[in-house]
Formats: sequence, C-alpha cells, structure tokens
Amino acid sequence: MADFPAALRYTIEHEWVDTSTPAVVGVTSVAADALGDVVYLELPEVGSTIEAGTVIGEIESTKSVSELFSPVSGTVVEVNQAAVDDPALVNADPFGAGWLFKVDVSGEGALLSAEEYAAHTGS
Amino acid sequence: MTDTNAVTEDKKTPLYDEHTALGAVLTGFGGWLMPLRYTSDLAEHRAVREAAGLFDLSHMGEIWLRGAGAAAALDHALVGAASAIAVGRAKYSMICAEDGSVLDDLIVYRTADEEFLVVANAGNAVLVASELLARAAGFDAVVEDRSEATALVAVQGPQAEDIVAGLVAGADVDAVRGMRYYASAPVTLAVTGGGVADGGSVEALVARTGYTGEDGFELFVPAESAVAVWRTLLAAGTGVGLVPAGLSARDSLRLEAGMPLYGHELDRTTTPYEAGLGRVVRLDKAGDFVGKAALAARKVSPPARVLVGLRGLGRRPARAGYPVLGPSGVAVGGVTSGAPSPTLGYPVAMAYVTPELSAEGTELSVEVRGRAEPVVVVPLPFYRRPQN
Repeated sequence: MADFPAALRYTIEHEWVDTSTPAVVGVTSVAADALGDVVYLELPEVGSTIEAGTVIGEIESTKSVSELFSPVSGTVVEVNQAAVDDPALVNADPFGAGWLFKVDVSGEGALLSAEEYAAHTGS
Repeated sequence: MTDTNAVTEDKKTPLYDEHTALGAVLTGFGGWLMPLRYTSDLAEHRAVREAAGLFDLSHMGEIWLRGAGAAAALDHALVGAASAIAVGRAKYSMICAEDGSVLDDLIVYRTADEEFLVVANAGNAVLVASELLARAAGFDAVVEDRSEATALVAVQGPQAEDIVAGLVAGADVDAVRGMRYYASAPVTLAVTGGGVADGGSVEALVARTGYTGEDGFELFVPAESAVAVWRTLLAAGTGVGLVPAGLSARDSLRLEAGMPLYGHELDRTTTPYEAGLGRVVRLDKAGDFVGKAALAARKVSPPARVLVGLRGLGRRPARAGYPVLGPSGVAVGGVTSGAPSPTLGYPVAMAYVTPELSAEGTELSVEVRGRAEPVVVVPLPFYRRPQN
C-alpha cells in the first residue's frame, strides 16, 4: 500500500500528477480502493481551463461518488478515452493505464511528495 | 471520501476473523463492523446473479417467541397476521409505533405451532426485542433475544440450492430442494474445520429467504458453529462460482430487486402505505394491534408522498438524499436509494414523490450535485430473476 511512485506528486484529495509536458493526472490507488469498482468518469473537456484545487470532475462507483480535484492549473489537452470507456482501468492500474487527463500546466496547487502522501494516508 | 471509516466500538460477528483473512474492506453498519467488499463490488454482485454469493448476516437480530399465546402476542405486536402463518412458513412484516410509523421491517418464521422467530435489522434489533417484550405482556408467551448467540449466513444465487443441498443428507436433501420461497426447516449440516472436527455436524434452521432478488437460503446456526459453516460453504461453492459477498453488493442487489432498506425507504416518518407495502398491514385481523387506529385512518386518506422507482436516462446516478424535481424544476420529493445498476447498466433509484407525479412514465429529474439529470418513473422491481 505504501508504495506510491516517487516520481509523482500528490494531493490530499488523492490525485497524482507527473512532471512530463503536458502533465498527466490521475487518482491514486488509495482513492481507487476506497471507491470500489469505478463505473463512471466525468472528466473536464479538452480545451477547458482548470484551476488547481477546484472540482473538475467526478468518479463514480457502485457504492459512492467522489469529486475530482485538479492538482494543477492549466489547459486540458487530452482525456483518457480508454478509461472513460472502461473505468475499471482506474482500479486495475491507477498509476498507469488508468490515468485520467493531460494538462498544459500554468500553475500548481499544494502538492505532496510520495513520502508526504504516504504519511498523509497513514500507509 | 466514503463511509468506510470503521467505528471502534462496532461489534464483531463470529466471522470477523474470516473476513479479515479474506482481505475484506470493513465498514460500520447498524452498530457492527461488517465486510463492505472482499475484492470487487461488481464481481460480488454478478456472482450472486449468475452463480452464488456467501453473506455474513450475523449482525441481524433473532428474537424468539414461544408459548400458547405467542401467535396472539405477535398479532398484537406486528401489523401482519402471525397467527395465519402455517408452521414451516414465513412472512414479511413490520412493527409499527402507535402513530403508524415503521419501527422496523421484519421476517417472521413460524417454526412450530407455539414458536416463532422474528428477524430484525441490526440497527433496530435491540428496540424490536424490547418492544416485543413489552407488547407480549399479558400474553402467554416468552420472548427471548438470541441475537448474540445466533449467526446467520446466506447463500444467494442460482447455485444456492445445489450448494446447500450438498451439505445435508437423507430426508434433509428433499427438505432443502423442495423448500418453497418463504419457508424454513430444521436440518443437519455436515461441516468440516473451523473448530468442528471433520465429520462434524451443525443443527441449523434453513430458510428460503433473501434480500437479493435471487433464489437463495439463509442459515441460522449457533454462533460457535459459524466459522465451520462459513468455511464449509465456501469450500463447497467455490467450484461453481460462489464468492464471499459484502454489504456493497447486498445493497446494489436489493436495490435492483426493489426491496426497501430501513433508514432509507422506511423510517419513523413513514407508514407502510407510503412505501407501497400496505399489503403487509392486516386491518382485518382479529383484535387490536399497535398502530391500528393510525394505520386505518392513513389507509383511507391520500398519502402526501409515495415510493416510486426511477430509471436514470443519463449516466450520473441519483444517490440517497438528492432532491427530485418536477417539470417546473421545483422539488417534489427525495431519493432514498440510488446507484448505477450493475445488472441493467443504467442508473436506478427509489424515491418518494408527490402522488400526482408517481404514474409510470412520468418524466422528472433529480438534482445530482448541482445539475438536473433526467429520470422516468418505472415500476418496481427494476430487476426480476428469470423464472425456470
């Protein structure tokens, strides 16, 4: 559980963002496990401007729903259509094939290192 | 983010160690620490629809009434006619307050001429036991709350009959295979492991009841035998697709089957009539019963709201507590339960709405976190199992 990729940075709401350009955003294994089987993703539209720390989408499971917060500010340049079509990817591979969208980053919110995130989640 | 935070004072069932060994995610429910899911909500849900699921329901309350006046005591205490239940049969019923509101919904099993088992929801079990004790005063009946001493395990799904029949021998095989829906019988289960020696046996009350919309059985066993029964059923069913299933699957299964959950569709502000369950109230039975005057009045006055099924036309499911909006966008009711239906592939919900908007085909919407999502009133249940 405590094995969060060190190359990523995290939010306390359980999103991750990488350092590539554009940056890739997803949710962590903690979020995926807490939700249960994800059945529906609502992601920001390509071309939309998003602001770090605000609600930009929803992740829905059979049991519950969670809001998606953006870890960064910028412009959305791509969404993961494969994950929209098959949301189980978020459970199966949250740090890989289950990524959510890509952003041209203009600013960052409050981000945690893998170590800080592990401490935050108590894992 | 979710409601999975375990409360430390929650009670543990006799199967708690089995759940943790199976890697279950636990949740507080009705004062108990229960498995929410073992691996996957959806896989557990589908296993019950297509093969079988194994549930720990030991959190539920088991209250026995015995004596020459047991039937009369229950006729007085509940809205149904317990005295009309044949030995070996069961009936869905409710216990109401004097004002006609629902204290709990129950299953009443008649296990002998002068013996009844009342099964109550976990969160209401203490209240139901104390109410039955109070309401049985003056009747020749002894009330005994056996909730702590009793474990309850359910096997639900099309494979359930074969799995349970495989644990019994002789005449008990016919008793299980020939058992009708809402019937029960005492049987001897052959079990292995879990503190019971190989070749051990457990006396169980087996009932063909459930809360999933599938065929299935509920097995009442002594708490000390729970682990052996659980492990034996898991081993017996794994080859035909049985998996342990948690409360998340149980909730989505019962919602598809249109079954009410106390605290959602039923509560202290609701009478059986509003919930569409007026058939359980037997105003015609002999004698007075608690809540009769209020319920008789309610039956002939139009209800302010009625329970309906809603099919979501979009993808975002309504959840409990969300407002239902009428054609002009004004609130006309509220959602009591809602989820994306795993079997049907679209969102379903139950909701209370004003009677004039309750007809099948009525187009409404639900405010889902700030956005109106279109829904249409559909008949309950959403899902009915294929009949063979």
